[in-house]
Amino acid sequence: MGLDFTVIPKYLDVVLLGALWTIAITVASALLSFFGGIFFAVIALYAPRIVRLPFRAFEWLFMGTPLLLQLFLIYFGLVQIGIDLPAFVAGVIGLGLHFAVYNSELIQSSILAVDKGQMEAARTLGLSRGQALRKVVIPQAVRDVIPPIGNNMIALLKDSALVSVIGVSELTLSAQLAIGRTYRPFEFYVLAALVYYIINLGMEAVLRRIEARVQAAR
Amino acid sequence: MSDPKPFVDIRHAQKSYGDLEVLKDIDLSVQRGQIVAIIGPSGSGKSTLLRAINDLDPLTGGEVWLEDVQVNKKLPHRQYEKHINQVRQQIGMVFQHFNLFPHLTVRENITMAPKMLKGLSDEAANKLAEEQLEKVGMIDRIEYYPSRLSGGQKQRVAIARALAMNPKVMLFDEATSALDPELVEEVNLVMKKLAEEHMTMIIVTHEMGFAQSVCDRVLFMDQGVVVEEGPPDVIFRNPQNERTRGFLRKHLEGANGH
Repeated sequence: MGLDFTVIPKYLDVVLLGALWTIAITVASALLSFFGGIFFAVIALYAPRIVRLPFRAFEWLFMGTPLLLQLFLIYFGLVQIGIDLPAFVAGVIGLGLHFAVYNSELIQSSILAVDKGQMEAARTLGLSRGQALRKVVIPQAVRDVIPPIGNNMIALLKDSALVSVIGVSELTLSAQLAIGRTYRPFEFYVLAALVYYIINLGMEAVLRRIEARVQAAR
Repeated sequence: MSDPKPFVDIRHAQKSYGDLEVLKDIDLSVQRGQIVAIIGPSGSGKSTLLRAINDLDPLTGGEVWLEDVQVNKKLPHRQYEKHINQVRQQIGMVFQHFNLFPHLTVRENITMAPKMLKGLSDEAANKLAEEQLEKVGMIDRIEYYPSRLSGGQKQRVAIARALAMNPKVMLFDEATSALDPELVEEVNLVMKKLAEEHMTMIIVTHEMGFAQSVCDRVLFMDQGVVVEEGPPDVIFRNPQNERTRGFLRKHLEGANGH
């Protein structure tokens, strides 16, 4: 049968639209996982026991089970208890919370690594514990943890392909759509791989810029 | 000692970690405008005493008063937090390791607390920062991040940061101990300037020369008690207690050795 890349132009718009959805879901999930990660880290370290214990269970759910299952649960499962989410939203929540839990682990250890003198100096000026965390400790912790969080975000981009199974027509699903019409899996999977790679390069460039900005304040 | 009512008053300060008693029934009264040095070997409890004044290291017994407010009064947790945050605004503290906020510029280090806690506008806070930096001779570094400053410069900024809260008293916890010898003097000069402005200061220090030239009163502490206290001339030239003599002999020999 051989390879025939000339079929690609006809379906290029489908694949590129899929790429846009992949970018949208990755950016939305990345933001949720970043701010969610900070929020979870603060809960894990400073919330009273009564909040911390249920949170542990929640954390276990997201770290100890497959992301695919989590997506199924959020999209198909929650309908049964009256929560009917659009596929895109369900995908963002699933990916975002999953990676928020991983980011939270990084941020927790980073918070604990901030020199104790920082909290003391802030408290000495009259800041409350919460104010000191918000203005002094957490900004430093987050700054130190940007590179590993960046790695998580690259993983998030790749795992975003999983939301194809709940019907978000992102890059992988779009490629499959084109394959369904043309019976040319090799060509379109290679194309999708190439587009993922390009998005990846773009993301790394953005992360490098963020790191450079953050490094300036050292 | 004409003013009868002390400005900072520590009564029967006691502090233990389990069985280890690090402060044993210490009294210390400081008048407004007075400058008191606390000297003594490491582990004598001098830093712990200083850190009890703003409750960074809470006492296990005794009272700390700032004017007519008890710093460490017994209150339910939430009320106490509110109270102590209020009190701490009035007590400036300078640390051995500066503890500047590395993610903020010099300007931001100084303006943060006044803006957050006193509701100062950006302009007012900036003006305040510039005034304080002028005073410590750091105005030309206002937009720098702390990582680009020398130790002496960091400490001068840390002093400016504390002064920006307009404190009633300044606490110095070995402010020059972490500095290279050639950087000590610039920090000492700033502290002398504050002394000339009659800032009330309590200074934990290893620098006998500085204590002697600037302070009104010197406390020698050892093993959790005040062994001897008095005017610097008496403590340094004619100490009465054998332990004080031993400590000073060692220290002065060390200093002459350089």
